Amino acid sequence: MLNMKTKYLHVHRLRRVYVWELPVRYYHWLNAGAIIVLIVTGFFIGDPLALQSKEEAANRFVMGWVRAIHFFAAYIFFFNFLFRLYWGFVGNKYANWKQFIPTSKKFFKEMWTVFKIDILMMRGKEHISIGHNAMAGFIYFLTFWAFLIQCLTGFGLYASMGTWWLPKLFAWVPAMFGGDIMTRQVHHWAMWFFILFAVIHVYLVFYHDYVEGRGEISSMGGGWKFIEEEVFENEEHHTPNVVEKKS
Amino acid sequence: MSNEIATRKPPTYYEEVQNKGYSRRDFLQFASMMAAFIGLESNAIGQVAKAMETKPRVPVIWLHFQECTCCSESFIRSSHPIVADILLDKISLDYTETLMAASGFQAEEAMHNTMKKYKGEYILCVEGSVPTKADGVYCMIGGKTSLQILEEAAENAKAVIAWGSCASNGCVQAAKPNPTSATPIHKLVKGKPVIKVPGCPPIGEVMAGVIVHLITFDRIPELDSLGRPKAFYSKRVHDTCYRRPFYDAGLYVESFDDENAKKGYCLYKVGCKGPSTYNACGVMKWNNGTSFPIQSGHGCIGCSEENYWDNGRLYDRASSFAGFGIEANADTFGKVALGVTAAAMAGHAVMTNVRKKKLIRTLEDEGKQSEQELKS
Ligand code: SF4
Ligand code: SF4
Repeated sequence: MLNMKTKYLHVHRLRRVYVWELPVRYYHWLNAGAIIVLIVTGFFIGDPLALQSKEEAANRFVMGWVRAIHFFAAYIFFFNFLFRLYWGFVGNKYANWKQFIPTSKKFFKEMWTVFKIDILMMRGKEHISIGHNAMAGFIYFLTFWAFLIQCLTGFGLYASMGTWWLPKLFAWVPAMFGGDIMTRQVHHWAMWFFILFAVIHVYLVFYHDYVEGRGEISSMGGGWKFIEEEVFENEEHHTPNVVEKKS
Repeated sequence: MSNEIATRKPPTYYEEVQNKGYSRRDFLQFASMMAAFIGLESNAIGQVAKAMETKPRVPVIWLHFQECTCCSESFIRSSHPIVADILLDKISLDYTETLMAASGFQAEEAMHNTMKKYKGEYILCVEGSVPTKADGVYCMIGGKTSLQILEEAAENAKAVIAWGSCASNGCVQAAKPNPTSATPIHKLVKGKPVIKVPGCPPIGEVMAGVIVHLITFDRIPELDSLGRPKAFYSKRVHDTCYRRPFYDAGLYVESFDDENAKKGYCLYKVGCKGPSTYNACGVMKWNNGTSFPIQSGHGCIGCSEENYWDNGRLYDRASSFAGFGIEANADTFGKVALGVTAAAMAGHAVMTNVRKKKLIRTLEDEGKQSEQELKS
């Protein structure tokens, strides 16, 4: 049966594109790791397990360690986030900040297309992008806001305990929320955004790999994505925003 | 009586102390205690004592608005009798509805005399919040709204002290839906330093400490970003709590009648708000240093924090969501959202196989063909 079809089947030649540079990949996995650690330890801090022990309290430091890990991970998360912002200005065109912030009509049009074709699954021309599609880019833009909220509230809560000047810079945050209670709640609520985002994000990566067959999943490992030669030649692919070439 | 005092040259604190029959020893004891409370070094005891000996007493106007008088109650119970006798006694207070002997017209007159005579010198203490709804009719004294009284008294005050949570952040009167629009005074007093001394009530020694600081150094104590004196509000109850080792060890009371409660474990899981409450309870304690809630086996309810009455439940650490009913907290909400997301993804996955069948087939066929053609 396969052989019958063979003559009609067009076998694509794929072109390899280096989409995610090494720093972007490092950022991605460091970020993923930090977020997982932060969520797990954060849940524990919010509602610790009833661990019973015959040991003297003085010999135990369970909550102490969980909190310490949370704070270590928070620093990694924070500096990693700052680094990614910087890379948005010096990285390649797929890492550029313009892929995340809707600044043109084209961006919104593309978001609408992605919504129709990939989410509502209406019939229409399939949409091919190399880096982020416009919808994904915009969602990442929102995650950056969530990152910011988490850093502000987290370091805000930490400010009164820390001795270093950096967390102390955030002391105004609880003052703005009228105290630690509210700040802590915002920090807790915002965490759920991360959980929901992670779940949907992983699902969509599998989805794209499945329906496009262009190496979506592995791209965050090696950095490569693949594009059909004719799409490349006819320039049929989409990028949310045009990024001018650096001189 | 008060108006009579207001027209005489004010005696110094030390003179008042002597008149009251205290010995020099009592006085010095009081001075060292106060120096310790406000966090001064031991050589500053002399400075405190000297200030009380030489400076004439600072006139104080103490206003009462929407409150329960627990701040005054707390103050007169602070550990050293001199606090109540001298700082708060009718001699020191030129006007306070609750404790002064005069009433009605006489009382009003006493206040006006003080305001006139000590223009720019008197300290204004405010207990209670100010209702601003319905033109302020919810709290009126002597035919004036509390806002009018406050504005008038604040105009020529040297400093304004907001006693307690009511004056500092509105307290329970400001709880949703805040029917009288109870407003903390820092939002109403303009162009004057406002020292916030929150707590329901604040600790008596803290209140005395703030006043002694003002008298000794002639300036307001160092304040944090929320306007509270750093000496008393820079640490959380949690940071000075004697149950903290249990917290760090991960040993918690699970319910008030369990074995852990008996052992004195940390009260975190039964709703202790110590970790988000800035106050000095763990150090100064209450009622002459007798105890404080956590020592009695009950968690801190966060009484000195803004909105503690609306921000979640007293015996629970869960983050409640305003507007989602009493049972909904962030985690329930999150779990539901997660369930909905999972269901949506499952639906999407099924639909993908239906709607994009052709596309997926083509990819598969192409891949299979290459597999066949490849020489092994
Ligand atoms: S009882 Fe409250 S204040 Fe004390 S350590 Fe536990 S959580 Fe902190
Ligand atoms: S322990 Fe907490 S609730 Fe109790 S008086 Fe102190 S701050 Fe207020």
